[in-house]
Amino acid sequence: MTDKSHRDRLLRVCDLHLEGRSDEEWIPIVKGVSFDLHKGEVLGLIGESGAGKSTVGLAAMGFTRDGVRIAGGSVEFDGVDLVNASADVKRNLLGKRIAYVAQSAAASFNPAHKIIDQHTEAPVQHGVEGRADSEADAMELYARLRLPNPEEIGFRYPHQVSGGQLQRAMTAMAMSCRPDLIIFDEPTTALDVTTQIEVLAAIRKIVEDFDTAAIYITHDLAVVAQMADRIKVLLKGEEVEEADTRTMLSSPQQDYTKSLWAVRSFERPAKPAPAVDAVPVISVNGITAAYGTVEVLHDVSFDIHAGRTVAVVGESGSGKSTAARCITGLLPPVSGQIELEGVPLPADYRQRSRDQLRQVQMIYQMADTALNPRKTIGEIIGRPVQFYGRMKGKGKRARVEELLDAIEMPPAQYIDRLPSELSGGQKQRVGIARALAADPKFIICDEVTSALDQLVAEGILRLLARLQDELGLSYMFITHDLATVRAIADEVVVMKDGRVVEQGGKRDMFQPPHHPYTDLLLSSVPEMDPDWLTDLLAERGVDNIGDAAVDKM
Amino acid sequence: MIVLTILAGVAGLLAAAWAFRAIGRAAAGGRPRFRDMSFGEAFGWVFAAAALAFGVWLYLQEGAVFFRWAVQGFVIFSVAAWVFRTLGRHVGTEATRKLFRQMPLTAAFGILVILIYAVVAIFAGVIAPYGQEQVLANANVVAGGNPALGGDPAFPLGTDQIGRDILSRLIYGAQNTVGIAFATTCLAFALGGTFGFLAATLGGWLDQVLSRFVDVLMAIPSLIFALLLMTIASVWANQLGVPLTVFMVVIIAVIDSTRVYRLARAVAGNIVVMDYIEAAKLRGEGLGYLIFKEILPNATAPLLAEFGLRFCFVFLTIASLSFLGVGIQPPAADWGTMVRDLAQFINYAQFAPQAAITPLLAAGAIALLTVAVNFVVDWMLFRSSGLKE
Repeated sequence: MTDKSHRDRLLRVCDLHLEGRSDEEWIPIVKGVSFDLHKGEVLGLIGESGAGKSTVGLAAMGFTRDGVRIAGGSVEFDGVDLVNASADVKRNLLGKRIAYVAQSAAASFNPAHKIIDQHTEAPVQHGVEGRADSEADAMELYARLRLPNPEEIGFRYPHQVSGGQLQRAMTAMAMSCRPDLIIFDEPTTALDVTTQIEVLAAIRKIVEDFDTAAIYITHDLAVVAQMADRIKVLLKGEEVEEADTRTMLSSPQQDYTKSLWAVRSFERPAKPAPAVDAVPVISVNGITAAYGTVEVLHDVSFDIHAGRTVAVVGESGSGKSTAARCITGLLPPVSGQIELEGVPLPADYRQRSRDQLRQVQMIYQMADTALNPRKTIGEIIGRPVQFYGRMKGKGKRARVEELLDAIEMPPAQYIDRLPSELSGGQKQRVGIARALAADPKFIICDEVTSALDQLVAEGILRLLARLQDELGLSYMFITHDLATVRAIADEVVVMKDGRVVEQGGKRDMFQPPHHPYTDLLLSSVPEMDPDWLTDLLAERGVDNIGDAAVDKM
Repeated sequence: MIVLTILAGVAGLLAAAWAFRAIGRAAAGGRPRFRDMSFGEAFGWVFAAAALAFGVWLYLQEGAVFFRWAVQGFVIFSVAAWVFRTLGRHVGTEATRKLFRQMPLTAAFGILVILIYAVVAIFAGVIAPYGQEQVLANANVVAGGNPALGGDPAFPLGTDQIGRDILSRLIYGAQNTVGIAFATTCLAFALGGTFGFLAATLGGWLDQVLSRFVDVLMAIPSLIFALLLMTIASVWANQLGVPLTVFMVVIIAVIDSTRVYRLARAVAGNIVVMDYIEAAKLRGEGLGYLIFKEILPNATAPLLAEFGLRFCFVFLTIASLSFLGVGIQPPAADWGTMVRDLAQFINYAQFAPQAAITPLLAAGAIALLTVAVNFVVDWMLFRSSGLKE
């Protein structure tokens, strides 16, 4: 990452103001953002959701979503004023000289056409090259991006290709006209860590190979540290600060930036090991489970003791959530047994007593779908209080207010709101309160922080930790994020393909020797060091990261 | 020759569109309005202008009586809808005022018409000048109330072949047709909604049995099926002493409930996979709580929209059955029967528009309500974000 600021300026965004239409009036969503981008330079835009990152990214192409307008400022791309440019001028630039890579490749490809047909569309339309040349070029790009079978993979339909491969195919598609500028909008957010690293390496390589300038939008600092030459931090539509990557990482100036940096430092003190003869709160004994005839869990066993947190780690498809479904009784296992404080639980939740159901609660990943959008917060939390505690009227109301206090949301302000009137973090807190309302012993937290911004996620983790200390709860913490594990777990269970690969105390797990799979997981978590990816690639080689490495096991 | 004329016309329009855009660009300078206008859009504008000009020309023609009435009706209804919406924007609570501010004119029109129909249907006995079965002195009085053309000021919309006042029958028809259609739709929703929700929530064999049964019912063309059942029912109705109308309500409700079942099952199917339903199940909640407290509140918007549409279909089915003679039985007034009874007057349209209007009044009443309900439904679907751009 050499300094590229002396090179020709490609894009200048000057005092950009954007407004969004909400209900009946225009509300400012971006309040004055300016930056320059030089040829071959990568700018990282970071900030929480709602900070206006994506809106700025799109505005840099002269494009706004429906219900958004450019209220002021200028966007100048290579001498062309994109704010006032005619549709014809923009049409000639977009796709050809400016390309866009969206967050969800699966949603951005048209499922009815083959990947290569979508790839060749832009070059042919723009008259850059003919169809045959473009196809040959696509295969070359696929090879550069290390997609398996580059000759053949383009002739598949999008659903026949995995998420990480699709994201790389989309990057290849953006490259098809050799644009001067690519805008990456959270391209790896939806991917597993092991897949993410492959996509990161591919994007970085191709951007360097073709000397393309890029705007890289993300909320993950560690990722942007690998990709960007310079970083710009946004908060609620206003710029906080901008500096080159190393300066930004080593000496952030603003309080907000410092707080972002500090998030990763949260770590709970280790707890003493449970007594040898203690009865675990939840004991999973040799569970084998299947969807239909396909076995997805093979002889899984682990114990969760009172007041402790067990993190279950693994990629998507490794059976983490299925294990949780077995414990809750949604998926009765084929064989094996689950014990609650030494007493076997009926396999099907319908056969469990109300008290047994009360003891095991669940907090979901997507707070949006976990809360009934038509009920107020008071009703959502009040229902389990009434259902299990058989409290009504004043007693119920007092308990709901107590729970809202416990999750640090003032009752007077929030009790009558609907979930749609809350932020993501607040919704997740309500989910926690609903679980607490049952007065349980054991809570399953299914990826509770993965949909949240880092600062908000840290708040949730601290809340969960405090509640555990106060109420003596046990957590089963399902996650793929090892930073979260480091922050909150006491014990770690690593799963792969429905099997427990390794389990033990947190300290043992983060120190070598590891099982090769644990090692791969650990090494794939980006660190806040701008050289991390370069060093990792040098150390392991391009063939020993990501899915390629998983396949070798 | 005709083909050539049409081709020349289209070519002329295309040229005009091109000129329109070029002139607009020159006159407006660099403003995006004309600069980014596609040729298709320019053609659309020019075509609309041409159509409007043709409309004005037609309006001024002596013979185009019906077109003139249609235009006048359109203008009157637009103005009424606009006045109604303006009124709603300034009267009422903050919430209703906001509702009216966001409302398109079509929805305001729809709501206004539905309100008028409701009032007329409920207070038919008070509003109607004569009884629906009352046979008056003169048969076949022409509408318009102008004695010179054969009208009578006492019967502004004229009388039918046996001398009953058409205005009164139209008003009572609102009560009979709309009232029965409303009851039928409610019954269809009670049936279809209940079974649809049950099928989606319980799944398994119940879902299979219900869905296959509904498939069988849906496989038979609905109007012919209804006719067949009504023929059978007319025999039973005499034996049992139950009015045929009751059978009609049940038959149409059952046939239409299959469509409601499909929708309710699909909507509930999307809701039962949500995490909050899983949370409620894991809490140990019963079926009643799940359906009424968790699923139903989230299914109201699409179901309400379907209610509007389904009401139109039921309404048209009843009118069709009545037109065919097996629906609402005389002497009760019904719009479908009225259209059938007066249908032969349509032949006078060429030389005596006043006389030909009589069957069209009932048909127009049906059409107006159908259009109004559809406008409101469209708007509701839009609001529940189903059809947002």
